[in-house]
Formats: sequence, C-alpha cells, structure tokens
Amino acid sequence: METYYDPKDLKNFSKIGEFGQELADKFFDYYGNVFKDSALSAREKSLIALAVAHAVQCPYCIDAYTSDTLEKGYTEEQLMEAVHVTTAIRGGASLVHSVQMMKQAKKLMM
Amino acid sequence: MKSLFASHSPLSAPDVQLDALHKLELIPFSERVKNAGLEEIKPLPISIIQVNLGKMCNQTCKHCHVDAGPDRKEIMSRETMEQCLTVLRNSNAQTVDLTGGAPEMNPHFRWFVEELSALKKHIIVRCNLTIILANKKYHDLPEFFKEHQVEVVSSLPHFTALRTDRQRGEGVFSKSIEALQKLNAVGYGIDGSGLLLNLVYNPTGAILPSDQKGLESEFKQRLKAEFNIDFNALFSITNMPISRYLEFLIESGNLESYMEKLVDAFNPMAVQNVMCRNTISVGWDGTLYDCDFNQMLDLPVNTAKANIRDFDEHALGFRSILVDDHCYGCTAGAGSSCGGEIA
Repeated sequence: METYYDPKDLKNFSKIGEFGQELADKFFDYYGNVFKDSALSAREKSLIALAVAHAVQCPYCIDAYTSDTLEKGYTEEQLMEAVHVTTAIRGGASLVHSVQMMKQAKKLMM
Repeated sequence: MKSLFASHSPLSAPDVQLDALHKLELIPFSERVKNAGLEEIKPLPISIIQVNLGKMCNQTCKHCHVDAGPDRKEIMSRETMEQCLTVLRNSNAQTVDLTGGAPEMNPHFRWFVEELSALKKHIIVRCNLTIILANKKYHDLPEFFKEHQVEVVSSLPHFTALRTDRQRGEGVFSKSIEALQKLNAVGYGIDGSGLLLNLVYNPTGAILPSDQKGLESEFKQRLKAEFNIDFNALFSITNMPISRYLEFLIESGNLESYMEKLVDAFNPMAVQNVMCRNTISVGWDGTLYDCDFNQMLDLPVNTAKANIRDFDEHALGFRSILVDDHCYGCTAGAGSSCGGEIA
C-alpha cells in the first residue's frame, strides 16, 4: 500500500545530498556534533530527541529515537514519561492562552 | 514454553535458520569483510577453550541461541570430558569457559571443575543464577565456585523485573536477585575478594546493545541502591540472529530491519578481535567449532578431524574460520563476544 510515510525512506535520509551536497554535509556534521556526549550526555540527548519527535510528530524520528532510547537502556516507562512531558508542554501551550481569552472576555463583558 | 526442538519447529534445523538469513540477500559477510579492505579472518593461538556441557537447562529463555531447556537431554559424557582434560593438559589455553544450557545440571560438572582446577586453568562458569535456587543440591554452588576460584558470568538483561522476566521467564528476576545476593555473601563481586562476578546484558528485543561502560554504570547504581548487589563488570552482548532469537525476529516482523541494523553498524575494528580467532568451542558430543554460534548452526571447524578426541592444535592454527551472515552480530557497533564489547 502506498503511503506518505514509508519506514524504508528513513534509510535514504543520508542521500539528500543528491539535491544539494554542501548544505547536507553541513547539516549532518552539525547533527553528529549535537548528539555527542558533552554538557549533556548522548543518552540524555536521545530522550530529549524522543520527546521533541512527538512534538513535531515526525514518524521517522519517533521510530529512530524509540529504538535509540531503548538501546541506551531507558525503560518503556521512562519513554512514556518523556512523551507526557511533550504533551504537558503542548497542552500547556494551548491552555496558557486562556489567560488572554479570559482577559479579553472580562474586558468585553459586564 | 518448549524448545524449538521439542516443538518440532522447522527453525530448529540450522539450514532453515541460515536460509532465513540468506533470503534477505544482504551483502555476504565474507564480502563485507573484503570490501572493508580486510583479510580473511584467521586464527590466533588458542587461549580459550569453551566447553558446552549440554543443552539441558532449568530455564527456557526467549532469546536462547542454544535452544536449551528442560526438554533437552543432550549432555556431555564423562568420557568426552576426559578427552577435554587430556587436550587441556597439553594446551597453552589458560581459560576454560563452561557453558550450556545450565552446565551445573551435568552430573559430572563438579568433578570436571575439580579436575580443571587441579590443572590450574582459569575457569569461567556461565551460570544462569536461578539454578542455584532450583534444587537443594545446587544451594552450595556459591561455596563450590569460591573453592575453585571460578569466575562466574551470569545473564541479567535488565535491572527491572518486567524486562528480565519478559526475556528469561516469569519470576526469573527475583530468583536471580536472590542468587546474586548469595554470591555476594561468599565474596563474589566484592572488591578485594578476587572472586569475579560478571553480568551479561542482552537487549530484550530487536535492538542493539548500547555503550557497555554506560550500561555498567547504570546497572551498578540500580542494583546497589535497590538490592545491595555488587558485581565486577557488565558484558554487553549483541543477540545473534539464530535459533530462538531468530524465531522472535521472524514472528515480530523485525528480521529484515534487525539484520539491516547489524550490517549498517559493521565495524572493521571489531573484525580484528572476534572471539573465533582465539577460541575453540567444544560441543556436548565433542565436536569442535569456531565459536558457540557456529556450534548451534552445526558448522564444525574446517579441518580433517573435528572432534576433541582428535584435537590437533597445529592443524587448527591453519584452518579457515567459517563465516556466514550471522557473523554480522559479532561485528556491529562496538562488536560482541562472550566477554562483551571487542572494539
């Protein structure tokens, strides 16, 4: 069945240079450096990546970082907690705008 | 749960297992080695002799590459063990690695360990931990191991019950913890005791193991905090795509992606240190193999005489090591061996 997202396409990510090598090289070099052990460990960065993958709802990233976080020793419970952090921030981002709504409503109403 | 053998699964046949890998049409392992500019994998002097004392086990783990279990009756005879001892008396190999199944279930196990101890060999026993509690006759194994300065290597795939039990069977985690505490009580894993207790981590699923040092640090912290358990080192081992783990990969639809992962993670540095170069594996019936995995795939060493009774260390030094696509399991990432990472 043809779909917009084919899991096999993830393997071709490294080939995007075909349509522009210079920027692709710069991106992958940057990407590789971002995920190195530094002030944050590669392990911590992997869990952040999983949470962000859910925020941007990228199926490729979700597959890749589910596998990566499990390989790095996180439990399923920890993965789910990370996604709840995403959800809390996404939900909170909507809900915090209710302050504006309330302010406007109070201004308009008697 | 039954073994593949007892349940008459087609996958219990080694050629069916290799066919399943070949159907994926990966770059053949030998070609991948060549493409990396490396020479054919050649033997080094034998330093480890790994002896499989039988397929009998008190557990039936889902990832077992031996297809061991309580329903397997194949065990090494005392006569074959005597042939092993004759070889070891005249061999420079200083380490004898005893594996199974549960090697302790072989009725000649203790006699064999005593004889090896008299030869002053370094003895490793791959103990599944739960065997220590399985029957009264095994309760004193920690003291027995200590008496013969045996290095104990035990699988504990995770520091949580959920993940360990999912791989090794219901209730295995709590029994393993109790057994580890008993080993600690006689000095195993305790700094300064000289008694080595090493744990083995195998991923519980179609994933590769991560950085061994990082995992070791987390295991040490969690096992100490929650169960007051000490151990020396954690060996991180990649699951080989054979036997019951292969069955899991096929049934869960993960075979192709797992093999692609192994191939993509091929590390030329690991090739130099694969365990088949310095190890000989002896099957329960005395047949010789390049490694424990070739043993389970029924691929004996490529020499005229492939049995412990005809052991010829010189001829083995010139043999061609048999490789196939399962070998990608030993060369992925940081590499994998019975002693953990190799690169």
